Amino acid sequence: MPAFNESESVRSVVAEVLAKLPGVRVLVVDDGSADATADEARAGGAIVARLPFNLGVGGAMRTGFRYALEYGYENVVQVDADGQHDPAGVPLLLERLTSADIVLGARFAGEGDYRVRGPRQWAMKVLSAVLTRMARTRLTDTTSGFRASGPRAVKLFAANYPAEYLGDTIESLVIAIRSGCVIEQVPVAMRPRAGGRPSHNPLKAAAYLGRACMALVFALTRPRVPLDPREVGA
Amino acid sequence: MTLTVYIFSVAAALVTLIVVIDLLRRRRLRERHAIWWLVAGIMALLVSLVPQVLIWAAAVVGVEVPLNLVFFVSLAVLFLVCIQHSVELTALEAKTRALAERLALLELELRDDTSSDEAGPTSVP
Repeated sequence: MPAFNESESVRSVVAEVLAKLPGVRVLVVDDGSADATADEARAGGAIVARLPFNLGVGGAMRTGFRYALEYGYENVVQVDADGQHDPAGVPLLLERLTSADIVLGARFAGEGDYRVRGPRQWAMKVLSAVLTRMARTRLTDTTSGFRASGPRAVKLFAANYPAEYLGDTIESLVIAIRSGCVIEQVPVAMRPRAGGRPSHNPLKAAAYLGRACMALVFALTRPRVPLDPREVGA
Repeated sequence: MTLTVYIFSVAAALVTLIVVIDLLRRRRLRERHAIWWLVAGIMALLVSLVPQVLIWAAAVVGVEVPLNLVFFVSLAVLFLVCIQHSVELTALEAKTRALAERLALLELELRDDTSSDEAGPTSVP
């Protein structure tokens, strides 16, 4: 669970995850927060890794994947610390990991009432279209921060998780697809955030469109990263 | 060309070279970063000492006004140095990131060890 200045919500989100999902461990990666995020997360019952300064979601996630690899956890589920992901959806994601390496919790696939408009929506449509073709499976919400990764993906991401803007969502998917990971999506409902503020500035949304397309183009033109040779074809 | 201009250009090139070499000598600048500045300084010195070299070089590459060749080469050198710096900055950022991530995990490990192992790391389903 990557968290950056989420002290308002992180404690209750962690507590909810632990209550709804017996047997899981929650690792909160505090991405250089200036507030009491780390203490709040610990109070909620999470293991907390603190980054010395803000690296972005990509850095926080790679830290999480490395932790998983080091301590022998097989599956990693990324959940936002602002409470917009319902932990009740986690078992659905994990279930699909038997056949896929990465399972996305998609916000537009019929469940819930999450809507976006304008340039941000166009960006998401373009991204979905391209990634759907690459993954050879329908992906409607490629920027979802609610996703589960199986053992192969964990290994891949522990070594190659981009830190650039949007790298944590789009580029990581491109890396995974090109390395031969199987990706699926499961519809999930989104809730309003428990804390923090949503960003709905049209200018920012337009910038988002541009940067998303750039991120995609660069991701597509980068050399591919092979999976562990022993695992290819497994 | 007047003598003053000649002296001025030679002095400018010499000062540049001396500054770069002195920085290198005192280890304030690593060779890999100094290489372009050294090249530029030596070229400037050469051209200011023997201006005929510039005129000859301009004729060889077909630049009509020799001074334009000076501008072109200076810009090219600055451009290359800038790109080199951007590349190195990116590499440094990647290393800093890796260090930060490593540090976060080590700190976590340390904390776990000191705060009496209530629950050791186990595998989740």
